[in-house]
Amino acid sequence: MKKAMASHRHFEARTRGDMVFDALNAVIMVLISVIIIYPMWYVVIASVTDPKIVNTGKLLFYPEAVYLDGYSRALEFPSLTFGYLNTIKYTLMSVAVSLCTTIPAAYSLSRLDLPGRKAIMFLFTFTMFFSGGIIPMYLTIRSVGIYNSSWALVLPAAVSVYNLIVCRSFFDSTLPIELLEASKIDGCSDFGFFFRIALPISSTIIAVMALFYATSMWNTFFNALMFLQDDNKMPLQVVLRNLVLANQLSQGSSGAEFAERQRIIDQLKYVIITLSALPLMIAYPFLQKFFVAGVTIGAVKG
Amino acid sequence: MSKVLGRESTLSRVLRSWQLYVLLIPALVWLFTFAYYPMYGLIIAFKDFRIRAGILASPWAQPLLKYFQQFFSTSIAVESIRNTILLSVYQLLFSFWVPIVFALLLNQIRGARAKRVVQTVSYAPYFLSNVVLVSIISVLFSANGVINNLIVASGGEVKLFTSQAQYFRPLYIGSTIWQSMGFSAIIYIAALTGINPEYYEAAMIDGAGKLKRILYIDIPLILPTVILMFILAVGNIMTVGYEKAYLMQAAGNTTVSEIISTYIYKVGLQTAQYSFATAVGLFNSVVNFVILFIANWLSKRFADISIF
Repeated sequence: MKKAMASHRHFEARTRGDMVFDALNAVIMVLISVIIIYPMWYVVIASVTDPKIVNTGKLLFYPEAVYLDGYSRALEFPSLTFGYLNTIKYTLMSVAVSLCTTIPAAYSLSRLDLPGRKAIMFLFTFTMFFSGGIIPMYLTIRSVGIYNSSWALVLPAAVSVYNLIVCRSFFDSTLPIELLEASKIDGCSDFGFFFRIALPISSTIIAVMALFYATSMWNTFFNALMFLQDDNKMPLQVVLRNLVLANQLSQGSSGAEFAERQRIIDQLKYVIITLSALPLMIAYPFLQKFFVAGVTIGAVKG
Repeated sequence: MSKVLGRESTLSRVLRSWQLYVLLIPALVWLFTFAYYPMYGLIIAFKDFRIRAGILASPWAQPLLKYFQQFFSTSIAVESIRNTILLSVYQLLFSFWVPIVFALLLNQIRGARAKRVVQTVSYAPYFLSNVVLVSIISVLFSANGVINNLIVASGGEVKLFTSQAQYFRPLYIGSTIWQSMGFSAIIYIAALTGINPEYYEAAMIDGAGKLKRILYIDIPLILPTVILMFILAVGNIMTVGYEKAYLMQAAGNTTVSEIISTYIYKVGLQTAQYSFATAVGLFNSVVNFVILFIANWLSKRFADISIF
């Protein structure tokens, strides 16, 4: 008995080298976490701290002088409200459209008995490695007649081939062929199987896809710059960018009035960065399970 | 006879699967409109494109490669190609291994909860947009920002990080590592979780410490994933994130920050030289595709791993 325990202890016991390793590793992990969190934390704190303190450039760990004017001013800033509403609208539209294109196609491509499956898959995969590029895309948007409309952002992003492959791999691994065969014997059509059997057990992949598409549309910037014209249609990211640029331009000027304006703009910048990143930052810890699932499913197939 | 039967069965299989094709229609419409139609649009690189006339009616360029010649006769061609390649190669060198090391170290954390917390924290920045990322860089690294304040406090001089050319690449690559380390590590962490614990048990009985287990078990077993990721990274070497490069551009750093894609955007959309910009873009895509092909061929040949 004693002997067994001793040998067990020996098995579990860490060597001195392992202890040094563990200690070092813990330090590295803490350091990495701090480096990752601090810049984001700083911006949030700066958005609620008196700009006078922020502008001294000292390290902030908590709001030393709470100053919420930035937020009330941000609400008065019309392009911010527009930007926010536009981004929400584009994101909802994008998720709806993308789910309707990606999920049925992914299911169809997961069916081994689909004639021409390999060829169709190749047509999709090829576009991951070769594309028309910026200008032909811009001309396509114009010639389809969606330039300067919501569709100019939503439709080009309707399918991401990477997402399609992730989704297809999910169906590959969760829908056993026996299930399909049994349903076929019961006289179930392909539509019937997809809508009544495949979809109801695929809530995970639907959530993963919604999350992937929503994140990418929420963060979209360059496409908006290229495919939209009117200021009141611009999404949040473009509004934020313009504000940061406005700030840089006024750096050369001087005078008391400018100093005051500068303070407001500086504060607004932190406020808008915070406001634009906040929804995803709040949502992702709850959705991360799906997120990791998605990346891992995708990796299985590569 | 059997050939005819075989044919019929293919046709009838297609007909029988009509519902599956219906499910594919929306994605196929997207594919042809937003992926293949733009590829067809690439022919304007060989034409004197007039937006009124459209692609077909615009006359062919005289000579056919006029716009490619035009590109290579400018000094910006060499500069932007050089900047693109250097930025991606440096990025690959400095950032590719970081998520692998992170995954290996994280995998050794004993507490399941601590492990999960660190992992969750690690991919938070992935959800930030490029605009937010560059804005954070610009506030932290500005002349009166936190970083410069720390430098001055420790006896250094204020450095103009966001406007001077020598800081562009370090900031670009550093922020990429900061933003994507945790996300890129997910795949390696998944591969590590899949390793059979018996290997570790056997190694521990033989007295192998953690470092040895990482070197002789973890690394060899995740190597296929590493190679696969490496091919993909090499295959995207010419498509280095132009959005971030564009956002980080300042008057003082264009000598290093002007990459092919930012140049295409400027000449193509800001000055409307459509054919010229398309030619530059086509050159970029073709080079990228060739590099991907070579990388894939090499890995197929020597490691039996391939993406197509």
